[in-house]
Amino acid sequence: MLQEAVDTRTVKESAQAETARKKPSEIASTVTLHLILIIGAIIMVVPFVWMVLTSLMTTAQAFAVPPSFIPNPLMWVNYPESFNALPFNLAYMNSAIVALSVTVFQLITCAMAAYAFARIQFPGREIIFFVFLATMMIPFQLTIIPIFLTMKQIGLLDTLLSLILPPALFSAFGVFLLRQFILGLPLELEEAAIVDGANRWTIFWQIILPLLRAPLAALGIFTFIGQWNDFFRPLIMLNTPSNFTVPLMLNQFRGQYATQWTLVMAGSVIAVLPLLIVYILAQRHIIRGIAMTGLKA
Amino acid sequence: MGYQAQTVEAPVAVAAKRKPRERKNRDALWGYGFLMPQLLGLLLFSIIPLLSVFYLSMASWDGLGPITFVGLDNFIAQLQSSDLHIALLNTLFYTIIAVPGGLFFALLIALGLNNVRGKTVYRVLYFMPFITGSVAVGVIWSFLLNTDFGLFNSLLRSVFHAKGVGWLTDPRFVIPSIALVGIWQGLGFNMIILLAGLQGIPVSYSEAARMDGANKFQLFWNVTLPMLTPTIFFCTVISILSSFQVFDLTFILTGGGPGKDSYTMVYHIYHLGFETSTFGPASAAAVILFAILLAITAVQFRLQKRWVNYDV
Repeated sequence: MLQEAVDTRTVKESAQAETARKKPSEIASTVTLHLILIIGAIIMVVPFVWMVLTSLMTTAQAFAVPPSFIPNPLMWVNYPESFNALPFNLAYMNSAIVALSVTVFQLITCAMAAYAFARIQFPGREIIFFVFLATMMIPFQLTIIPIFLTMKQIGLLDTLLSLILPPALFSAFGVFLLRQFILGLPLELEEAAIVDGANRWTIFWQIILPLLRAPLAALGIFTFIGQWNDFFRPLIMLNTPSNFTVPLMLNQFRGQYATQWTLVMAGSVIAVLPLLIVYILAQRHIIRGIAMTGLKA
Repeated sequence: MGYQAQTVEAPVAVAAKRKPRERKNRDALWGYGFLMPQLLGLLLFSIIPLLSVFYLSMASWDGLGPITFVGLDNFIAQLQSSDLHIALLNTLFYTIIAVPGGLFFALLIALGLNNVRGKTVYRVLYFMPFITGSVAVGVIWSFLLNTDFGLFNSLLRSVFHAKGVGWLTDPRFVIPSIALVGIWQGLGFNMIILLAGLQGIPVSYSEAARMDGANKFQLFWNVTLPMLTPTIFFCTVISILSSFQVFDLTFILTGGGPGKDSYTMVYHIYHLGFETSTFGPASAAAVILFAILLAITAVQFRLQKRWVNYDV
């Protein structure tokens, strides 16, 4: 009995000694880790903070050496001035129209094609799918030249349709991503529906689409952010400021107010704010969605 | 992914055989019906433009007048053009800094986040530049890096009493500066992918290694890193492709300047096609870029056998 008690005590003590020995080094490594991560996070955030601070300064303060960090007086007036200098409200609208309609149409058309590739037998299926995969290797700078010239010829240049049509109707990546998910779904539900006499459209609409909610959300987020931030295509397709998307408007604004950095920074805040708010609110879904689409590719 | 395709497709094939032929034909029609919108898109926005750009690359056209066929003249002219050489070298220089730098920091942060509590806040912050979009990122950084009154030089002057650096105006610094911004913006994306890869490594492996007395460095070098090589490979391929296509940042930060010191390949294509309306040479330059990207990707897939570990 006594022997046993002594034994357990020593075991306990040695365990305690071990944790005591381990703890300082582990705390130290955790602290260094956090320190590195915090420094990195500061580097990530400082440009944004500096943008917001500058947007609230007077021009004289923004150019002061040594730099002063707290805006005084607070120049809220920079915001209405920037917002009214160019039609930013129209830019929001144009970007929303482009990003939303591309996302909605791309999700539907990609899901339809993915369902055909995954579940329906038809001649040429493998070859067509291979062509889809192969086009993922083509950089868009290659095809954008003929697409631009075609848009010009059919009179769609300088319209939002020239931005919407290509990605709404074609995304090899989206088709591939959704096909992978459909292949992973169990067949039983669909087979039962076929026995019940349901046609393909009913099966797609009532069985497949609801099961694709997660990958559709992921692809949708990926597409929406990509479209909202796209610069190259709007730059070549659009000419009239009232048709501009947000990134193009910001570029225009920067060109016109080149030296008035306080206004340019206010314009930048105006340009990035909507998407950043959505991002902060839905960060979990957005990051998971990007990781999902990234990993599947 | 491949194994899923086989196991799931087999029952469909069996079911199809059992069905009468009429049913099968109707099913094929459904297949084409479902495929139609994307098939149309594939033709209109990928296949036909691809064929057209190859034709255009052997033609002379300003987009308005008649098209004249010129054979390989555009390619010969492009391959001899000093602009293309400059653009190619600048793009390579950018890639050499941005890709290894970006992957190194992304891996560092991902490893850190994998071992730490409270990763949500960090993740949100590190990923923010990716959401922001390259135009806004470019505008913000063009202010930070401004030679006369940017934050960087103001701090250099007031804290270190240094003269300040022409981050975006000095030919020696301009590409590294743009690459720095590129790394800053792309960090979050690579980090998320690597973090997902890290979390996919079964815990049993690291536990087994720890039982065998491996220290933290050995654990990382002999277990974590080899298990992560497929993800690192994926990030490398994507990063090289996207850094070869860098345009937005150079356009906003420098406009290709000073002189042509940050003039990149896509900038060259943009300049030829959309600024000067010489669509033949622009197409030829785009085809050259495509050939380079294909070659690089092919080499990477060749080399992956030597370092990427797929025995999971």
